[in-house]
Amino acid sequence: MNKLTKMIVVLSVIGLVSGGILSLMYQWAEPKIKVNQIKANDAAVFQVVPGTVKYKQISDKDLTYFECYGQRGEKTGTAILCQGNGYQGVIKMMVGVNADFSKFTGMIVLEQVETPGLGAKIAEGAFTAQFKGLASKPPIEYVKSAKPSKLNQIEAITGATISSRAVVNIINKTVQQWQQAK
Amino acid sequence: MAASKVKRGYLTEYLKGLWDENPVFRQLLGMCPTLAVTTSTINGLSMGLATTFVLVCSSTIVSLIRKLIPDQVRIASFIVVIATFVTMADLFLKGIFPDISKALGPFVPLIVVNCIILGRAEVFASKNDPAKSFVDALGMGSGFVVALTVLGTIREIFGTGSLFGLVNFEPWVIMILPGGAFITLGLLIGLLNYLKEKTGQQQAAPACLPVDSQAEVN
Repeated sequence: MNKLTKMIVVLSVIGLVSGGILSLMYQWAEPKIKVNQIKANDAAVFQVVPGTVKYKQISDKDLTYFECYGQRGEKTGTAILCQGNGYQGVIKMMVGVNADFSKFTGMIVLEQVETPGLGAKIAEGAFTAQFKGLASKPPIEYVKSAKPSKLNQIEAITGATISSRAVVNIINKTVQQWQQAK
Repeated sequence: MAASKVKRGYLTEYLKGLWDENPVFRQLLGMCPTLAVTTSTINGLSMGLATTFVLVCSSTIVSLIRKLIPDQVRIASFIVVIATFVTMADLFLKGIFPDISKALGPFVPLIVVNCIILGRAEVFASKNDPAKSFVDALGMGSGFVVALTVLGTIREIFGTGSLFGLVNFEPWVIMILPGGAFITLGLLIGLLNYLKEKTGQQQAAPACLPVDSQAEVN
């Protein structure tokens, strides 16, 4: 076998074997990845709207929200997927509001790439807990290095005002869109 | 350098990756993941383990097929083998450990271009038998894991301002930002060099040279 043929044959065989192994691996992993995504979504919805046992996904253009229902089929609220630009990249959050839209019932951050140790604190319990029970009207405001004095205020993270402001702006904007859409 | 003339045992092959030829502290390879993902202990550790998996698998396979690969296409072949294992590791993490996969983000696919892996395939696995290549890769991988974990731990302690929850102090935010990675790594390399000089060991030859030429250099 001359050199050129050998080169071609060897590379093709390696490529084919790799391709074969990877397609098997993908078939094994794909359902698991899907299940993980659904699980993550379920967990997020159930956490931000307490008392939910099942939900219905509604997608409207670039807005996605989940109508939530409790044990006896009563409406427990809505979980809204909020997405927008943070300090460094996209922040993705799940925000819950109660059935008559008088207050927020919870917020968790699904994805963020803020500065670790600073902006990344928006994903931590101390910050997200402020949204539980927060008045939903008028729009959320943030205060810097002071305790919130109004029902619609949260305290921004020290040293990460940009990230905190981004969270507030994204939520306000998406909630407004959702109110117009529903 | 009489030692290198003696046939090197498996233990020596393993240990050199941890200390004498540590990929991070001595060879200064794989700097991108080293600097980027070591913001916490767990991130450093899981990145190190994922890289070790790819390193061990690809070194062994490369060594097994080393006689079949024509010289002209060896780099291409190595890369295909490495990319296959990286994709497998990526899919595995996504399927079984979605949280770790999320934390490491784009750095798992980027293991493909980690020069430690291609370096070991080219310098070692393509010239040695599979058993030796396996041990060499395991050693290099362990050295990488140790380095990343140490860096991650130091940066986490200073950056979050807490020593395993025991002592609390004002966090040094710089330690978690990219600058902290460079500072920590530089100080660690300096410290290791100092220790090496202190203990009177011979300066290790550049690790990228094969064993024989190391003897000549010294």
